Amino acid sequence: MDVIRRNNVSVSGRPDGQPMIFAHGFGCDQNMWRYVVPAFSDTYRIVLFDHVGAGGSDLSAYDRDRYGSLDGYATDVLEICEALDLREVVFVGHSVSSLIGVLAATREPDRFASLVLVGPSPCYIDDEGYTGGFSRADIEELLESLDSNYLGWSSAMAPVIMANGDRPELGEELTNSFCRTDPEIARHFARVTFLSDNRADLSRVRTPALVLQCSSDAIATVSVGRYVHEQIPGSEFVQLKATGHCPNLSAPDETVRAMKDFLAARAG
Amino acid sequence: MSSVPPTDDLDLGFVDRLVPAENAEDLYEHAPCGYLSTLPDGTIIKVNETLLAWMGYSRQELVGRVRFADLLSAGGRIYHETHYAPLLSMQGQVREIALDMVRRDGTRVPVLVNSILVQTEDGKPEVIRTSVFNATSRREYERELLRAREHAESSEARVRELAQTLQTSLMPPSLPDIAGLDLGAAYRPAGRGDEVGGDFYDVFQTGSDDWAVVIGDVCGKGAQAAVVTALVRYTARAAAIRSKRPSAVLNMVNDGLLQHGGERFCTALYLRVRTAGGKAPRITFASAGHPMPMQISGDSVSPVGEPGMLLGVVERPILSDSSLQLDPGEALFCYTDGLTEARRGEDLFGDERLVDLLRAKGGRGADEVAHTTVDEAVRFQDGVARDDIAAVVVAAPRI
Repeated sequence: MDVIRRNNVSVSGRPDGQPMIFAHGFGCDQNMWRYVVPAFSDTYRIVLFDHVGAGGSDLSAYDRDRYGSLDGYATDVLEICEALDLREVVFVGHSVSSLIGVLAATREPDRFASLVLVGPSPCYIDDEGYTGGFSRADIEELLESLDSNYLGWSSAMAPVIMANGDRPELGEELTNSFCRTDPEIARHFARVTFLSDNRADLSRVRTPALVLQCSSDAIATVSVGRYVHEQIPGSEFVQLKATGHCPNLSAPDETVRAMKDFLAARAG
Repeated sequence: MSSVPPTDDLDLGFVDRLVPAENAEDLYEHAPCGYLSTLPDGTIIKVNETLLAWMGYSRQELVGRVRFADLLSAGGRIYHETHYAPLLSMQGQVREIALDMVRRDGTRVPVLVNSILVQTEDGKPEVIRTSVFNATSRREYERELLRAREHAESSEARVRELAQTLQTSLMPPSLPDIAGLDLGAAYRPAGRGDEVGGDFYDVFQTGSDDWAVVIGDVCGKGAQAAVVTALVRYTARAAAIRSKRPSAVLNMVNDGLLQHGGERFCTALYLRVRTAGGKAPRITFASAGHPMPMQISGDSVSPVGEPGMLLGVVERPILSDSSLQLDPGEALFCYTDGLTEARRGEDLFGDERLVDLLRAKGGRGADEVAHTTVDEAVRFQDGVARDDIAAVVVAAPRI
């Protein structure tokens, strides 16, 4: 099995630099990092990839059992690290991928130097004494949203999208391609993402971690971000001025600054 | 297109009175779609009357106070954050996003939303302009389409399961263990396996150290073919009790087919295999219009036997028996035409490829030979078999 092709892995930046691997969240693909990556490519060896089922990944590698929990995605991250022989890895994960990073780092702590968790939530569903922000009914509603929006997905378009997802100049028909994939996979990934509960994994993290929290985030609220920070021993918490769930797109400068401060403090 | 009436006929006075009302302000406020402008963070800074009327809010309640995403259902809000906002940021526009907006009174309006991102001269996001189309009836219809698709998918799954169950019942669940004989079989249904194929094989005992191996191909597919397949299989089993001679057994199958009526005919190869007393297996066989079995002996691979006539067509088909003995390491390869007639474009898998394959792999275990050849023919068709493929291998183990 070719991990590099399976996960559409691309390596750039400084070849002898410390590896920095970026993991995108539910919804889109590695393009989510396009405004952040340039700030690190002089210093770091940059590794970008798509989760299986997203972007330019090999859809035929999608296995409902393997990807039936975030552990399968964490295995992929570890396999990518292994295939490229990455050590002292800086793992940058957005949204659900911050938890995938947490799982990967607890399984192979020696592999990782630090974790940057952008908008993490260990559990989206409200529970006794814990406010995740959503109910099960909300998640069902999301699945319905996915259904209504995938009417635009046609199997005839799929190969074109898959082949040209990174070339928006190819025209109108590729609109929304960054965030479009097979509807069955999207539904399943949505379920796994929003119904997972990884709260118990946080306290097992031994890797230095930064929690990057937006000021007003409908998906991962400030209180959830603080919870993650409190549960991960020795983690740092930075609340950005940025609002929304994707500071990597809406406020790349502020995101980069916070990451650099954290990484400089670790290095110094 | 209808033509515009000549200007002479147009009441210019009437037009003059209408045009001032069609000013930009009124076009905006009372457009047949909702308009709204927000800051890049989603805060609403301008909204038209149409949208306010749909939503039941006053301008004061929304402008400067509420973000666009706040007006969405919880599911829609997640979709907004995970798809809509990222897309808008990456490609400067999004189109035809289906969302549910929540009115002041809590009821929903299904909408289709288009947005563009207006940037400052130095490329900083400044304003998001959004148009909102009421899609209530369209969404109803789309839900019906979705339901129809789900229904179709579950029906298809049921049919496939039925086909597979039926198919399984037409083959022996496993091959018997026969002393002094190495048996192997492989089968691959056509396409995605959602239809019962006409290929079958069977192995059963007819006496002590006396066995029958049958492989056949009933024309057609589906339930009708399955009925005939079952008929052929069980007629052969019953006939084998009355006669040991393969051509006689096939003749009784022929009678059964003709009595059954219908238009189904069938090819079959019937082998009587005797393994008495640890001696080399002796095989007597007859073919009824079926591809000749290949005898594999070291590097030599060649068809053996007489072709014979199809079953289910004429009263007394001409069939003849042949005999051979399998020395240790030799094998008889029996197959259906789905194997050699596997096609890639104009290219046929053909006898020559089969012979080459058997020459290379024929010395392996019977089960491996059967599976390798069938897999190879499926791979030749890029993974989707156009016709059923069955193969049965009878081999004399090496000493």
